[in-house]
Amino acid sequence: MRFTGWAANYIDERTSASTAVKTLGRKIFPDHWSFMLGEVALYSFVVILLSGTFLTFFFDPSMTEVEYEGSYVPLQGIPMSVAYHSSLDISFEIRGGLLMRQVHHWAALLFVASIGLHMLRVFFTGAFRKPRELNWVIGFLLFVLAMALGFTGYSLPDDLLSGNGLRIIDGMIKAVPLAGGWISYLLFGDEFPGTDIIPRLYVLHILLLPAILVALIGAHMVLLIVNKHTQFAGPGRTNDNVVGAPVMPVFAAKAGGFFFIVFGVIVLIASLFTINPIWNYGPYDPSPVSAGTQPDWYIGFADGALRLIPPHLETVIFGYTWSWNVLIPLVGLLVFLAAAALYPFLEAWVTGDKREHHIAERPRNNPTRTAIGAAGVTFYAGLWAAASSDLIATHFRLSIEGVIHALQFVTVVGPFIAYFVTKRVCLALMRKDREIALHGFESGRIVRLPGGEYIEVHEQLDDYERWKLVSYEEYQPLMVRPDARGRITARQRVRASMSRWFFEDRISPVTQRELESQRH
Amino acid sequence: MMADDHDGTTSGEAAETAVEKHASSASPGVAVERADRIPNPGFPPERLRVTDTDPAKERAAERTVSGLFLLSVVGSVLAVVAYFAFPIVEGDPSTIRLNNLFLGLGITLGLLGIGIGAVHWSKALMHGHELVEERHGTRGSDETRAKAVEIFQAGNAESGFTRRSLVRNTLIGALVATPIPAIAIFRDLAPAEDPIALLKHTMWEEGVRLTRDPSGTPIKASEVTIGSAFHVIPEGLTELESHKLEEKAKAAVLLMRLPLDRLNEREDRQGWSYDGIVAYSKICTHVGCPVALYEQQTHHLLCPCHQSEFDVANHAEVIFGPAARPLPQLPITVDEEGYLVAKSDFTEPVGPSFWERAL
Ligand code: FES
Repeated sequence: MRFTGWAANYIDERTSASTAVKTLGRKIFPDHWSFMLGEVALYSFVVILLSGTFLTFFFDPSMTEVEYEGSYVPLQGIPMSVAYHSSLDISFEIRGGLLMRQVHHWAALLFVASIGLHMLRVFFTGAFRKPRELNWVIGFLLFVLAMALGFTGYSLPDDLLSGNGLRIIDGMIKAVPLAGGWISYLLFGDEFPGTDIIPRLYVLHILLLPAILVALIGAHMVLLIVNKHTQFAGPGRTNDNVVGAPVMPVFAAKAGGFFFIVFGVIVLIASLFTINPIWNYGPYDPSPVSAGTQPDWYIGFADGALRLIPPHLETVIFGYTWSWNVLIPLVGLLVFLAAAALYPFLEAWVTGDKREHHIAERPRNNPTRTAIGAAGVTFYAGLWAAASSDLIATHFRLSIEGVIHALQFVTVVGPFIAYFVTKRVCLALMRKDREIALHGFESGRIVRLPGGEYIEVHEQLDDYERWKLVSYEEYQPLMVRPDARGRITARQRVRASMSRWFFEDRISPVTQRELESQRH
Repeated sequence: MMADDHDGTTSGEAAETAVEKHASSASPGVAVERADRIPNPGFPPERLRVTDTDPAKERAAERTVSGLFLLSVVGSVLAVVAYFAFPIVEGDPSTIRLNNLFLGLGITLGLLGIGIGAVHWSKALMHGHELVEERHGTRGSDETRAKAVEIFQAGNAESGFTRRSLVRNTLIGALVATPIPAIAIFRDLAPAEDPIALLKHTMWEEGVRLTRDPSGTPIKASEVTIGSAFHVIPEGLTELESHKLEEKAKAAVLLMRLPLDRLNEREDRQGWSYDGIVAYSKICTHVGCPVALYEQQTHHLLCPCHQSEFDVANHAEVIFGPAARPLPQLPITVDEEGYLVAKSDFTEPVGPSFWERAL
């Protein structure tokens, strides 16, 4: 104890650490299972950093050609790049090397997946509303960076599969108007594949992109602390308080323990399941390719977008080639991503709501947003499934043409269906909530009235249970009104019609008066 | 930050007044604000855990937690043991699997022991009451903001940033100009040649023999039977000192023989085939994967990357998938020894489209 006191004093006198402990030590974090998704992302990133550092000690990104002399017999004597050779060595010559490769790869898959789910949680609960719009954008950038890191890392072993991935990137870059051929030439340092791309991707993968990622994670965390975490509506919880566990000790123990659980589960998966067995693919060669190969899951949506484009889309105008078959998916995906990044600003504009929002909404209580989200998810899912069109076709014995046409339908029409269905479901759920808040729920107890009639007794909710059902935000469509100069601007009209689209169909929360008249 | 312990319903009122107190002045936009909303009922009475009420359970939980931590130590030790006990033996792949498995399981135990133990500790034993912390608006207080504005104004006044517009504008100009060299120095990312010219030529030229990929042995026309498909590279590719893969990525070809009555040749390509043998670029015109799958029955070529399908019987035109153009055809004939040779280079660029492709 004397030592602890001495050490604490020593540090505080030099760093003012006690201030930080005082401000942050008892900060409150609300609890909900869905709040752990972001934590999974953070922790799997730490696992990626640790396992990745181990890998850099053994990996050599050079593309110089050598002959394989390692212990994996089927590849002995085959010419390959040093990068591929050293990836094989990590797997076959270094104890724990394969484990670290698999930990790194599984953690990366989990990293992107948990970011994606975390974003869905934030979207569907409206946790991106003021004051968190900027943190949403930072989170979005983290998602994009995570995919970029995944792709660059996936390419490093220079195996046949990842080389084909790069070939596809090269083909897409070449389609870029004006400068495509030049960009590809400069990127690869020569004609495809050249001997520079792996070392260049390596620098991006282990230095530049992670540095940006770490900086953005820092900003994300700082804003999280400044804004404090959102919480779900509950008795006693208001827009002006945070209810939960303090950092010291409960949250620290829980979150710290959870880090070890995430780490442990990743290592468990890595010790049981092989991922990316590069030795089966062989070194990169532009000529062979095997059917049925898949990119990592998070690239699927882009790969699928390329597959769903109908044939023959290319035009030559004044001698210059426009490859619509590549440009449409490319621009389409960029628009999709941009829409996701900017959605909070659109919604803020439509509602005109300038207040801060710290209560996470239940998805059903904002039917239009939830429906838009469902449409986006369907669109993404259609593209994503298309990346496996060949596997779906062979597995279910369907024709590839049939699968592609079905997925074109899912991607184009599916979002509208999803939108419509989701909106109806949300409204129905709200109606049901309202019903329950007012009349209670069916108790399952049947009573015979004196008149001989049977009724089921409805049991009223207590105030605490009811609160969850009635404490949501309600919006109404904007009325167009002339401004000070008596004009109605086009901007106003657009906003009004947008807000009609958002809030035309709505169910008001039960009011005190309704509740009382129900009771008497 | 201040955090108040709440005990049951009493602080419910506090929560309610908090709502009133902070009723912000920001515009609610089109939100409906009702006077007769149902009020927040405040915190429900707290429920105690078994470990709060039963000392025996509490002790049991304590034992579980420390047991888990001990298990973690055991796991870490096992991992080290596994590292040495399951070495990788050259030529025996199963030893790799064992090393991976037991090293991994040991580390897993080491990690999960700590993780589950700590979470259990926090859930069962740590002070379990929920605490409340007040939120305050994110924006700085009016004084703080006024102070910030003052600082900016002082900075502006003292430097003359707005007043001395010439200084300011030249500075902006200089800042815009400085990154330009950074862009320029990227030119040497690749050699000095013009990539567009490179994209338009391959190793094929008149008289170059078609050879097998990867062995490089030449192919006699008589060896190409109906239904077979040859993966072809130009003679001399395997002997290249440099740029082997770059040349291969452009020059790879597929060779097939079709029954003469099935082969539908274009007017302007008379003489490009030899006795039903045709050679097409293997590089997909979509984004460049090797079009490696040949269906003998239908004479279709399928690209495994995005399933573009090309009909070899009809000058490799696209019949399905995202590709826009047919595969380029390599004009071939035989030399005096009966080996298949190219009559010229491809007459159009191979592989994916690019801006200057048709020029
Ligand atoms: S590269 Fe062949 S279909 Fe895309």
